[in-house]
Amino acid sequence: MSTTTHLEALTDEAITIIREVATECQNPVLLFSGGKDSAVLLHLAVLAFVPARLPFPVMHVDTGHNFAEVLQYRDEFVRQLGARLVVASVQESIDKGRVVEETGPRASRNRLQSVTLLDAMTEHGFDAAFGGGRRDEDKARAKERILSFRDQQGRWDPRQQRPEPWDVLNARIRKGEQLRAFPLSNWTELDIWQYIELHDLALPTIYYSHRRTVVERDGMLLAVGGPVVPEAHEVPYEAVVRYRTVGDASCTGAVESTAANVRDVIVEVAAARITERGATRADDTFSESAMEDRKREGYF
Amino acid sequence: MTTSTETTRTTGNSTAIATALRGTLRVATAGSVDDGKSTLIGRLLHDTKTVFEDQLAAVVKASRRYGDGETNLALLTDGLRAEREQGITIDVAHRYFATPRRSFIVADTPGHAQYTRNMVTGASNADVAIVLVDARHGVLEQTRRHAFIATLLGVKAIVVAVNKMDLIDWDQAEFDWIAKEVIEYVQALPTPVPVTAIPMSALQGDNVVDASLNTPWYDGPPLLQWLEEFDAHPRREVGGRLHVQRVIRPQGGEFADFRGYAGVVNGGALSVGDAITVEPSGISTTIRAVHRAGKPTDGAETGHAVVIELAAKLDVARGDVLVTTSARVAPHVGETVEADVCWMVEQPLAVGSRWWFKHGSRTGRATVTAIDYRHDLASLDREPTHELVLNSLGRVRLLLSEPIVADRYVDNPEGGRMILIDEATNSTAGAAMITAVTR
Repeated sequence: MSTTTHLEALTDEAITIIREVATECQNPVLLFSGGKDSAVLLHLAVLAFVPARLPFPVMHVDTGHNFAEVLQYRDEFVRQLGARLVVASVQESIDKGRVVEETGPRASRNRLQSVTLLDAMTEHGFDAAFGGGRRDEDKARAKERILSFRDQQGRWDPRQQRPEPWDVLNARIRKGEQLRAFPLSNWTELDIWQYIELHDLALPTIYYSHRRTVVERDGMLLAVGGPVVPEAHEVPYEAVVRYRTVGDASCTGAVESTAANVRDVIVEVAAARITERGATRADDTFSESAMEDRKREGYF
Repeated sequence: MTTSTETTRTTGNSTAIATALRGTLRVATAGSVDDGKSTLIGRLLHDTKTVFEDQLAAVVKASRRYGDGETNLALLTDGLRAEREQGITIDVAHRYFATPRRSFIVADTPGHAQYTRNMVTGASNADVAIVLVDARHGVLEQTRRHAFIATLLGVKAIVVAVNKMDLIDWDQAEFDWIAKEVIEYVQALPTPVPVTAIPMSALQGDNVVDASLNTPWYDGPPLLQWLEEFDAHPRREVGGRLHVQRVIRPQGGEFADFRGYAGVVNGGALSVGDAITVEPSGISTTIRAVHRAGKPTDGAETGHAVVIELAAKLDVARGDVLVTTSARVAPHVGETVEADVCWMVEQPLAVGSRWWFKHGSRTGRATVTAIDYRHDLASLDREPTHELVLNSLGRVRLLLSEPIVADRYVDNPEGGRMILIDEATNSTAGAAMITAVTR
C-alpha cells in the first residue's frame, strides 16, 4: 500500500514536469513574481536539479506597481537559491511605445504585462516559460493543459488544445512558437501553504497580518499610497490585513486577517468561503471571462 | 448554507486537509452529450460544500444571463465562453475537492464525438470513470465509445450513473435494463472492469451525495460514498524501473564527481543496494543512493520522482531504463511494436504513414507497417481497415527508428504508454497502449 501523501505526490509530479520541460526545450525560463505560487515553483525547480545548479534563468515581468517588500524579497530569494534573474519592465514597454498606459483612477497595468512578457520571450529567445498558474484559481485555468501551446503571436486557443494523455508531455514546437508549462496545475491554495510550512519557505511579509491604510473599492481593500489614489468619496482608514495573492499593486486587494504566521494562514485558508482571486483581484471580477480573454492575448 | 463547521466538508478549500485514508482518487466523467456530466460534477461539488461563495454567485449570475433559469451547476466546470454560449463542454475541466475520508481530482470531460481527444486527456489519468446515461435515451454510441476508451486506458472500475431518473418516474425496470446493457457491454470488452450502476438525478441531487428517497428499491450507496470507499490500489507489481529523464551532473565544485539519473519510478520499488540492469545495453550494477526532492532516502516506489546514483561508472543517457534485476516481469526491448491506438487528429493513421513517437523519455520516428483491425464500438467486431480515422480505435503495428524498453500496458501502464505526434503540426495525434514489443 502506498504511503505517499497527497503533497508528496504533487511534489513528485511538479518536479517531473520541470525536469522534462527543461530537458526537451532549448531555452526555458521560469516566471517569478515574488508571490507565493512562484516561490513554491522556484523552490521545486531548484530541488529538481540538486546538486546541479538551476539550468535556466528566472524572469520577473515588472509592472512598476510593486509592493516594496516584494521587490526586496524577490532579489533576496533569487540570490539565496543561486538563480539568475532577468527583469522585463512594463515601464520600458510604455516608454518604447509598445503599449499605451490606461488612465483614470481605475487604471491598471495588469493587461499590459502580456505584451512585455511576449517581447521579452522574443528578445531572449525563450521557447518555454514555467508559470505558477493553478487550475483551481479560475475557470479558464481549470481548462488548461500542463503544457500549454502558444502560437507565433503568443496566443492561447482554448478550442484547439493538444490532447495530453497520461504524463507523456509533448514539448515539440516550431520556431517562433512557445510553450507555457504549469507544474502546479493540480495544486490548490491550501496545498501551496502546506508546502510552504513543510519547507519553511520565506515569503514577503505582506502575506501575514499587518496594519495598513486602505480604501474599500468594488468590495476590495486597496492599499493607499503607490498607484492607488483615493477618489473623492473614498475614505482611507487603517485596517488589520494580509494579502492572499500578490500581484500588481493597483488591482490586488488585501483581506482583513489576523493570521500572523503560516499555521494561522493554513487554518484561515482551510475555512475560506471565497476564492483567493475572487477576494483579491479586481482584474478577474471585471467580466465573466476576464482570465480567458487575457490568456488569449498571451497572459501567463 | 450549512452552519456546521466541524468537518472539512464545510470548507471550499479542503483538497488536502483530509489525510486521506485511501489516497487521492482520480475520477473522470464520460458519456454522451447532454447526459448531464457537468451537472453531476457541479452537484457533487455543491453538495460537498466545495463551491466557494463567489463561484456560486458567479454561476447564479451567468445562469440568468444565458437564460438557464435556475442555477445551472454545469457552469461550475463549463468555464470557457464558447462552452457557456453553446451549453456544452468542449474541453476537460479539472476540479479538486476532499471529504474527511478522501481527496479527489475530478476531470469533467466533453461528450461530443468531435472532442473525444479531450475525453482521452481527462480519462487517461483516471482510476474510475463515471459513465453517464440519460435514462430516457438509454445507451448510445458515445456511451459505448467512452466506456471502451476508459477500459482500454486502464480505469479500474466504471460507475454507470443512470441519470435523469426523475424524468422517467424512477422506473426501476428501466434502470435495471440500462444497467444490464452497460454491464454486458463492458464485460465483453477486451479489458473488462467491474461495473456499478446507480440511479440518479444529478439536477435534483438524488443519490449523488445524499441517498434518495425516490429509490427505495435501490440498496447501494450514493455516488460519493461509493467513491470514498473504492480501493484503487491493488495492483500487481512487475518490478521497479526508472526511465532516465535527465542526467544530473553538477560539473565542478564539491559535487564534481556526482552523476545521478533523474526520473520517475514505476512498476515497483527501487532501493539502495538493489541490483539493476541498464537497458537496452544490458549492463548490470547496483544502486548506490536514492534522492527524492533533494533528500537522500532508502528507496522509492511507483510515482516517486527521484535521482539515482549507481555504484559503477557507466554510460547511461536519457532514454535508457534502469530495471531491477529481480523484476517479476522483465521489460521487452525492441523496435517492432504492436499497440491499441486511440486516434485524435483529422489526418488519418494510414498504413505507411510516419509519425514521431514518445515513449518514456525516448523519442524517434514510427512508421505504420500494418493495421490489424478497427474496433466497431457497437458490435465489438474487429473490422479490417487500412487507416484509423479521427476518434477511432484499432490495433496497429509500428516500426520504430530505435528500440524502446517497454512493458505491455496491461502489465505496467507507465511502461506501456506511448504517444504519436504529427510531424507537420507537432500536435499529439495518438495515444498508444502497447500490447507487444519485439526485436
